[in-house]
Amino acid sequence: MSQGRSPILELNQITKAFGGVEALRGVDFALYAGEIHGLVGENGAGKSTLMKIIAGVHPEFSGRFMLDGKETRFRSTRDAHAAGIAMVHQELSVAPDLTVAENVFLGNQPTNRLGLVQWRRMARDAGEQLGRFGIDVDPMSRLGDLPIGLQQLIEIARVLFSGARIVILDEPTSALSPPEVERLFATLRRLRDEGTGIVFISHFIEDILRVSDTVTVFRNGRKVAETAAAETTKGALIEAMIGRGGDALEHSYTDDLQLAPSNGGRVVLKVDQLSLGRSLRDVSFEARSGEVLGIYGFMGCGQQELSRILFGKLRPDGGTIVVDGRARKLRSTAAARRAGVALVPESRRDMLFHQEPVYKNISISVLERISALLLKPARERAIAMRQVEQLQIRPPVVGLDLGMLSGGNQQKVALAKWLTYPPRLLVLCEPTRGMDVGAKNDVINIVRDLRAKGLAIIVLSTEPETVLSLADRILVLKRGAVVREFANEAVSKDRLLEAA
Amino acid sequence: MASSDSATAPAPRLRGFGAFLRSQMRNIAPFLTLIVLSAFFAIASPSFATLDNVGNILTQVSVTGIIAVGLTFVILCAEIDLSVASIANVTGIAVAYFTLQESYVNIANVPMPGWAAILLALALCALLGLVNALGLTVIGIPSFIMTLAMMQIAAGISALLVRGQIAYKVPPLISTLGSGAIGGVPWIVIVAAVMLLGGHLVLTYTRFGRYIYMVGGNREAAEFSGLNVKLILGSVMVISAVCSGIGGMLGVAHFGSAQQNEFDTYLLDSIAAVVVGGTSLFGGRGGIGNTIVGLFVLGVLNNGLDHVNIDSFLKILIRGLILLAALIINVYAQRLRERTTD
Ligand SMILES: Nc1ncnc2c1ncn2[C@@H]1O[C@H](COP(=O)(O)OP(=O)(O)OP(=O)(O)O)[C@@H](O)[C@H]1O
Ligand SMILES: [Mg+2]
Repeated sequence: MSQGRSPILELNQITKAFGGVEALRGVDFALYAGEIHGLVGENGAGKSTLMKIIAGVHPEFSGRFMLDGKETRFRSTRDAHAAGIAMVHQELSVAPDLTVAENVFLGNQPTNRLGLVQWRRMARDAGEQLGRFGIDVDPMSRLGDLPIGLQQLIEIARVLFSGARIVILDEPTSALSPPEVERLFATLRRLRDEGTGIVFISHFIEDILRVSDTVTVFRNGRKVAETAAAETTKGALIEAMIGRGGDALEHSYTDDLQLAPSNGGRVVLKVDQLSLGRSLRDVSFEARSGEVLGIYGFMGCGQQELSRILFGKLRPDGGTIVVDGRARKLRSTAAARRAGVALVPESRRDMLFHQEPVYKNISISVLERISALLLKPARERAIAMRQVEQLQIRPPVVGLDLGMLSGGNQQKVALAKWLTYPPRLLVLCEPTRGMDVGAKNDVINIVRDLRAKGLAIIVLSTEPETVLSLADRILVLKRGAVVREFANEAVSKDRLLEAA
Repeated sequence: MASSDSATAPAPRLRGFGAFLRSQMRNIAPFLTLIVLSAFFAIASPSFATLDNVGNILTQVSVTGIIAVGLTFVILCAEIDLSVASIANVTGIAVAYFTLQESYVNIANVPMPGWAAILLALALCALLGLVNALGLTVIGIPSFIMTLAMMQIAAGISALLVRGQIAYKVPPLISTLGSGAIGGVPWIVIVAAVMLLGGHLVLTYTRFGRYIYMVGGNREAAEFSGLNVKLILGSVMVISAVCSGIGGMLGVAHFGSAQQNEFDTYLLDSIAAVVVGGTSLFGGRGGIGNTIVGLFVLGVLNNGLDHVNIDSFLKILIRGLILLAALIINVYAQRLRERTTD
């Protein structure tokens, strides 16, 4: 489709290594004005690395970098920015302590002649921009107080409306609800028609196929395929990604799925009349041993708050929590853990120590059990190694700093830390976010194993697929209240969406 | 399970030497500074590089060293304790206050047996540390502000105890540890060494030490890992106050007197020792090893400047500049590290 025109961005034989790890090996990549270029590949395939090179984050690499047909080298993100390249990073990179408006205008706040920031104008403009994108939020509220999905939307909006002519979106939809994804896609199409070159990375192959013009597949640091989106299929892409048939790996859940009747397991968690400000209203439910309870809802439906309350990070205004037959106050995360509750939050940044090696990240939650006073590093490494093998974390080196793993592998580490001594109740927020199809399947298997061991598991997600692939029973949360329960009946993606 | 293909991904080799150097910048730079300073003074003054003078330097940094042990814990947690010098001062004064003074000392003191005086003084500094801890963790006052208030409170207690007078006597144990020597080695140096070693062992080999690094590295993540972050932060504030108290008691014995504002320079010195040594102000990086190097940098600098007979007013400026350089390296090292691990 883009033949005949010359690309605005052209990379040749890009190679990039981090120490001994070769993240990219001789990759060619071209982006045209007015195209949406989808990028897929397994966790650690090198997608983010290539995009960071384009955005000036990694100035050191080998290969040829051509912008508008001229050879260019960015020394910093600022150079890239000046050249009209903007990127939404996989890891949220907002400033949580600033206001929404400041975040929208990060770096180029409107100032008056004296150089003072024009707050009123900034707030109004920010509100307008976000409004166009369907985000209704007070521009003067502190960004860190908003749910993570909303933060992601605001970051996307900032980049989309920054006027850049090359826009890179690294897994932007992971925290968005279906209607928000639709709005994003509509905006992307509009920008494309206006001539912007857009790169879109996602593990949701269907989204990729739906929105992109061209699709490139990465595997193991190499580009293994590039096709027009119209000429390929989901199965073919998955096969190119992981090197074998992918049909068995991903369902689309459009058909009815029969939920099994209750297994009659012991009630591990009983929540009664839980409420928290405007976020949660009279939420009551039970979670049983040997059962996965899915809690589905759009972003901002109160899921995040609910998970934080169960893990003692937030105190509810009212309601009771009974774990294993004992009423619990859960005043702190330490108390929640003692009560047998574990949580994997949706944000890796909040959960992991990026400057510490993988093994310390995994062992942190078991230290109390393996060492009374003195540390036992050999034991820690052994424990970590077992998890790394079980979850197929790449590269399988427990001494590597966590920050050197790809996003999806970091997510696996976040899960790994609770698996050595499984808790009574495991709360998983968006457990498969950012994972490739293979890894998602791994997570599904792990969760099933844990369920077989008798854990009570709660999976909270804004992705219907995640809930449908894991849950035995599903609650739908809407504006802080439980509006529907699916148990022992047929359910499908459409029905879930409808209920929410 | 899936992902068979990525199993063939290259196993990382040893990372490049350059990357290693960059990630170790915060440890290497202070050490180089120490070597350069020592070499400079050794050449500039014949009296500097003598065994006697090394002994002097060790003695001169001892009180700072004792205080810096606790402060290292605090800074590793990405907090700060500005009350260390004031707490040292009030504890030193307290131990003298509970000791029988000569008749010409005009202080309404409360004489007690030596052990009781020591215990009371220790209890006092622990209590002040506890107030810091509660302010920080329960009420949620930032440590910078909380300990600033404590600095005044401790100074206030000191003032009330001595009322402008000077006390001289401290319990025999304290006076031995502060000003005595064994086999030619001052006890105060031994105490400092033992405390630094103890701090190092706790930080490196115990679970508590690991927790300190984790809380400093990413507090949110520590909390999400189910650590009792408030307990850890609180403990660290108490440890810092107790270390300061011990430093204060021995310091009083070392100087031979207990009076108001005696320790004022120790606040800057102990913070400088920790930071010049390369412990990150953002928490989670560094340790007692760094603090020891930092102590020696400051010790060599202070002592060496005396040997080369420099204008004593210029001395102050030079110290300030060295501190600034260390801060720049500290912040820069953090950035380099963030860049290598992204
Ligand atoms: N800063 C870094 N230092 C060292 N290694 C790195 C760094 N960033 C990435 N890597 C390594 O480079 C490889 C590619 O990582 P990259 O983040 O590009 O993967 P990705 O395709 O974006 O994966 P994901 O879908 O999990 O986000 C991985 O093996 C990763 O461990
Ligand atoms: Mg990535």
